[in-house]
Amino acid sequence: MITSRWKQATRHVFMIIFSLIMIYPVIWWIGAAFKTNADLSSPNLFPKQWQWSNFTDGWKSIPGHSFTDFYINTFGLELAVLVTTLASCSLVAFGFGRLDFPLKNLWFSMLMMTMMLPGQVLIIPQYAMFHQFGWINTYWPFIVPHALAAGAGGTFFVFLLIQFVRGLPKELDEAAKIDGCSWWGIYWRVVLPLTKPALVTVTIFCFLWNWDDFLGHLLYINSVDKYTVGLALRMINDSQSGLQWGQLLAMSLVSIVPATIVFSFLQKYFVEGIATTGIKG
Amino acid sequence: MNRTANAASNTGAPLAPPIKKRGSWLKRWDAPIAGYLFISPWIIGFFGLTLYPMLLSLYYSFTNYTLMEDIKWVGFKNYDRIIMHDDKFLQSIKVTFLFVLGSVPLKLIAALLVAIVLNRAVRGISFYRTAIYFPSLIGGSIAVSLLWRNIFGVDGFFNKMLASIGIDAPGWITNPHTALWSLIMLSVWQFGSSMVIFLAGLKQIPADLYEASSVDGANKFTQFWKVTLPMLSPTIYFNLIMGVINAFQMFTSAYVITNGGPMNSTYVYALYLYERAFGRYQLGYASALAWIMLVMIVIVAVLISWSSKYWVFYENDTGRGKRK
Repeated sequence: MITSRWKQATRHVFMIIFSLIMIYPVIWWIGAAFKTNADLSSPNLFPKQWQWSNFTDGWKSIPGHSFTDFYINTFGLELAVLVTTLASCSLVAFGFGRLDFPLKNLWFSMLMMTMMLPGQVLIIPQYAMFHQFGWINTYWPFIVPHALAAGAGGTFFVFLLIQFVRGLPKELDEAAKIDGCSWWGIYWRVVLPLTKPALVTVTIFCFLWNWDDFLGHLLYINSVDKYTVGLALRMINDSQSGLQWGQLLAMSLVSIVPATIVFSFLQKYFVEGIATTGIKG
Repeated sequence: MNRTANAASNTGAPLAPPIKKRGSWLKRWDAPIAGYLFISPWIIGFFGLTLYPMLLSLYYSFTNYTLMEDIKWVGFKNYDRIIMHDDKFLQSIKVTFLFVLGSVPLKLIAALLVAIVLNRAVRGISFYRTAIYFPSLIGGSIAVSLLWRNIFGVDGFFNKMLASIGIDAPGWITNPHTALWSLIMLSVWQFGSSMVIFLAGLKQIPADLYEASSVDGANKFTQFWKVTLPMLSPTIYFNLIMGVINAFQMFTSAYVITNGGPMNSTYVYALYLYERAFGRYQLGYASALAWIMLVMIVIVAVLISWSSKYWVFYENDTGRGKRK
């Protein structure tokens, strides 16, 4: 009895120390966001003097713009991408999960293959295509692929939703069909409401991946007034003359707040989403 | 069931015959047509945004395409130049393989070991899981890359820590020998998502296997090798394949933290591809680079899946599965 309790205690001590090591850089980050440039190179966790101006000055550190604009841009883009992703992926998943049609297995294996396809093979030809369409420096290169279930992680989401739809009892469809429901009605009134938990998972990951889709933003968005938060951070970082590290770290810290909020409220869906599909977080 | 009965009684007539009569061809084609309508967004996307671009990029790789000038077919010249005469290509291959070999195994080992400890510590599991998962949540962002750039700088926090315990360390990201390691550490720091997958896999292992093996006199160490690892091997396999594919494409941290330097020691393949394609707009040459990368990833993935028959254990291969 006593030995097993000791074992349990050692395990907890180990886990606590380990967890602290893992989040130590983040704790340091929070302190550093309030430090002056001179104070930054001290190993102290927290600043000698709390420099709130890092946040207020950092917010306006790009001349002519403030981070308010960049957050509005980013959230606008996120909203468009989320709506199109949820619509397209749930439609496709319903088709695969509930209907029988010729060549279904062939299409499904194609879907699985595109899931494994390294995205970087597609970057250059897609860029060339969108360039021809005149979509450079617009948000269309993000919205259109998501509307066709082909954006960042699109096939992953379709796969996740197919698995979920297949798990719903088929009797519901049949009952609805006998009541005179069309396929659309079954999708909209029966399946979609029941798919809500999986849709939340899709929303979370779609939000995160687009927030972090730095390469995509870097390629397609050129003018500062359309910049996303990530591009704005890079712009401060690139202004070599007298880089204000405190301001940069403060603004970086603010930029992970949305993801943190989403995570803390919807942790259950996160863990389930990762565990059931092996999605990378 | 009740609703079915209601529907039948409302119409006041037997339900089946009228529907059968009304357009039997429509009934027969109803599901296929609806099916294709429902999956049409993906089909359009598959042809327009995946298959066609892939063929397009294969075509570009045999041209001197630059976005500005007319396209000219150059045959295998791009591939020839890349493989025979391009030092940066060789350097970026070397760096990318070092990164994959360094980050993927470390990440998986850390994820596996911590998952096993965490699986036993029942109380407080959600707190630990949150703390360990958090780096994965934010790690892909440019914000964390900037943080890393500061922490591992010459005057960075990490060196100050080492100095306070008497170690005089170089500037991690300015020294060609250590710069790649600071990127590998950033990647390993994000082992949390693999760990969550392992935790789910560990929960699937039936407890009676452990009981049976301890009755047979196996200690914890033997149980790990003979029960946990084989039962978890499909999950390890999945994590390995996805980890390798992702590691090959690493871009953001190399771009932001070191931008390939110092002395090209962190010049990963994706960075080289980006520079050729969007720094110099040599889209033809870069397309050839992209196809070489795809072929490399496919070869590595095929090798891993070929090796899997020697080390991945599927339950239904054994008597245990058949007995059910």
